[in-house]
Amino acid sequence: MANIIDDATIEYVGILAKLELSDEEKEQAKKDMGSMLDYIDKLGELDTTGIEPMSHVFPVQNVFREDVVTNGDESEKTLRNAPEQKDNMFVVPKTV
Amino acid sequence: MDILSYTAVELAKAIKEGKTTAVEAMQAVLDRIEEKEQTINAYVTVDREKALKKAAAVQQKIEAGELAGPLAGVPVAIKDNMCTEGMLTTCSSKILNNFIPTFSAEAVLNLEKAGAVLIGKTNMDEFAMGSTTETSAYGVTRNPRNTEHVPGGSSGGSAAAVAAEECFFALGSDTGGSIRQPASFCGVVGMKPTYGTVSRYGLIAYGSSLDQIGPLTKDVTDCATVLEILASHDSKDSTSVERQDTDFTSALKRDVKGMRIGIPRDYFGEGLDPEVKDAVLSAAKVLKEQGAIVEEFDLSLVEYAIPTYYTIAAAEASSNLERFDGIKYGYRTQEFAGLHNMYKKTRSEGFGAEVKRRIMLGSFVLSSGYYDAYYLKALRVKALIKKAFNDAFAKYDVILGPVAPTTAPRLGKSLSDPIKMYLGDIYTISVNLAGLPGISIPCGTDSKGLPIGLQLIGDCFCEKKLIQTAYTFEQSRKGE
Repeated sequence: MANIIDDATIEYVGILAKLELSDEEKEQAKKDMGSMLDYIDKLGELDTTGIEPMSHVFPVQNVFREDVVTNGDESEKTLRNAPEQKDNMFVVPKTV
Repeated sequence: MDILSYTAVELAKAIKEGKTTAVEAMQAVLDRIEEKEQTINAYVTVDREKALKKAAAVQQKIEAGELAGPLAGVPVAIKDNMCTEGMLTTCSSKILNNFIPTFSAEAVLNLEKAGAVLIGKTNMDEFAMGSTTETSAYGVTRNPRNTEHVPGGSSGGSAAAVAAEECFFALGSDTGGSIRQPASFCGVVGMKPTYGTVSRYGLIAYGSSLDQIGPLTKDVTDCATVLEILASHDSKDSTSVERQDTDFTSALKRDVKGMRIGIPRDYFGEGLDPEVKDAVLSAAKVLKEQGAIVEEFDLSLVEYAIPTYYTIAAAEASSNLERFDGIKYGYRTQEFAGLHNMYKKTRSEGFGAEVKRRIMLGSFVLSSGYYDAYYLKALRVKALIKKAFNDAFAKYDVILGPVAPTTAPRLGKSLSDPIKMYLGDIYTISVNLAGLPGISIPCGTDSKGLPIGLQLIGDCFCEKKLIQTAYTFEQSRKGE
């Protein structure tokens, strides 16, 4: 395997991905990511000098519309999906 | 005639003529679901009471002459990654085990406006990541043609529901083949339209630049009819394209005289099951006999499509799935120490293995130091792949090939080797990268009796050529 993913990389990616992996999952992730990257390295065979990265197949531009409310007040319905709510607000764990 | 064997268009016509009603049709489907679901498990949610109530309301409107369209009164199943107001929408994930959307996806609304009646939500690979519907948190779906085999994925529940007559048609979504491949495995018709044709508003995003909603149906006529109703310009989706040529049913003509069909040699190499190869090449012969000009050519870059796709799709998924954090909706972990620990524990407990694998890969390829080497590189190769298709469509109207290298694998055989599973997407994935339309239609069965699918690929906005070719093939095979 050409790509060796070390513990530090898995820790770092776990922080970026906001995932807490068990030791077993970490070992599996190291293997999986390594073999996927080996596979992706195949793209290196292609010379892409001077090729613009294509994020969309059509020329897409920002679409603007007037800032007008078209739906009604749905806060009650929306909050019904929240794991925890209070006084018409989402409750989050203490942050400070 | 047994009501369940009607196509969607036939059913709407029978209702209009007073031979049956929307309520009878819905009751027949619900009875069928009752009978079949224990084995097939095509649905995550079925709301019987609401479905019958809605069918009765639609029947009244049909009788009053307020609804007369080609899908009025027809029961439909929706993949569980499209929001449905007031109905559980899980993405087949634990993290959305209790999510009740406050609005419906635009595609669903378009169907409802046309008088189609929602039965329930179909099973899928978790967040549409997979090719077998085995990564669902709500159990596997079995292939109605042979229940020891997978239905394909990620829209496996939708394809299975159509094949098992547990609905008259269904909606799926296709990011790398997720409509076409299960359609192929279950022996039904499935189409991914040109990117931007169907609004993605209310579709829970996986790879936003690749995702597209489309129909899974019993035949090509239903496919064109449903797509005609789905297609709309939507200001709520900034990638929605304003099209004038969405009268897709006008292409239901049995005529391929002079149609230039290209067969990519690179689609028939190593890894392709000989029985699939034979069936697909026989289909090409049928079209040739009908007057099409059929030629082989070299598409090129085929082996680069999968690594390009998995880089881009994983990157977009890692960003799109950040919203699942246990704050506003969905699952939240029970015990935690502070905000960040709550996020991490919620996501780690709520997502399954395949979803985590792709989020990790996506986070890595977007991370500082690797972004250029992986993510931008993939976007550059995508530009090359798009150009290869442009060159092909300068010579051909339609590209013809297999949908998948094999027929449906047995249950439990795919997930242990992810790369091997990803290789199964080789013929479908580049269509998403290039934003093209593609259709899968049944073209035979293998020696085990499992369906084989024929894929037709068109240039952007050329769905009509696909529909015309597919329809001609379907009609030519009738009575075989």
